[in-house]
Amino acid sequence: MAKRAAPEVNAGSMADIAFLLLIFFLVTTTLEKDSGIARKLPPMEESEEDVIIKQKNIFTVLINNKDQLLVEDELMQLKDLKAAAVKFLDNGGDGSCGYCKGSRDQNSSDNPDKAIISLKNARETSYKQYISVQNELVGAYNQLRNRRALELGPQKGFPDMDFIAMEKNYSDVKWFGNKEKLGEVIDQIKAEYPQKLSEVQEQ
Amino acid sequence: MSKFKKKKSGDLPPVSTASLPDIVFMLLFFFMVATVMRENTLKIENNLPNADQIEKLEKKDLVMYIYAGKPSSNYKDQYGTEARIQLNDNFADVSDIAAFIAAERASKREELIPFLITSLKVDKDANMGLVGDIKQELRKVNALKINYAAIQGEVSKNK
Repeated sequence: MAKRAAPEVNAGSMADIAFLLLIFFLVTTTLEKDSGIARKLPPMEESEEDVIIKQKNIFTVLINNKDQLLVEDELMQLKDLKAAAVKFLDNGGDGSCGYCKGSRDQNSSDNPDKAIISLKNARETSYKQYISVQNELVGAYNQLRNRRALELGPQKGFPDMDFIAMEKNYSDVKWFGNKEKLGEVIDQIKAEYPQKLSEVQEQ
Repeated sequence: MSKFKKKKSGDLPPVSTASLPDIVFMLLFFFMVATVMRENTLKIENNLPNADQIEKLEKKDLVMYIYAGKPSSNYKDQYGTEARIQLNDNFADVSDIAAFIAAERASKREELIPFLITSLKVDKDANMGLVGDIKQELRKVNALKINYAAIQGEVSKNK
């Protein structure tokens, strides 16, 4: 009997099959990453007694139905909003805030803990303008927190890390450092510049 | 002429394509792993606004999506051009949100319920009236953690 070698399977079409699959996955892939501005809604139950807040501790931002901004009763452009919010939050009028670098104007907010930003919008306000304003206000808080983190970080052993980087490292599993201590620093900064943003919608 | 043709040892061997499948497979595996199949078919226009102070949503399984925007061109005749809400694969009313949240919560493990986040994917041309209604409805069912979906970018692009 003649000994025959088993014929080799032709693998030439393997590449074609793989290409076909590759193209399918290339087309269906959406490399999307969900991201956005995180917010917390106030709970439903309204407290009975009205809390009295001094007018100077409230920073009112009003967006009307034509997407115009009215900040503290004055018309303002979106690009100036962040600086105005920073100035208001960082004012430190009553002098109890040692880390504030504001102008200590008596007619503006007492300290960052008391300062409240009140955002009011109309029903016809466009969503993009609303998000822009939200973004600028969150940006103002982040700017102050970053500055504070850069001051506080080196004392606590976290140099060259702004607030955003701190939070990123804190939630990063691969980051090797003293997480407990970092968490404390983050909480301290959050307490020093709390985000107090109240929202109202005109009916 | 033959002087030129004959060099040391005949022709160059052809380039071997035997490793081509390997390369293609490597790419294939990359895309297979990276692919996230879309969960919902969008029936609305959904151009998200730009923002630069955004955070990433890490845990995908803890996110509930509420879409809103104008009906896309296929559905314009049926549903008009006013911005609407989409839950799962269908158009919905504001009043359906409570049931949707309840259903989403029921499908998750009980201990995870406090960590659920609602992602609002709203078209940038929608108006705040609709978004305000959604927010009010979410407050009613105590789903307070929300996230306004946005794309990384300067806010000046929101024109």
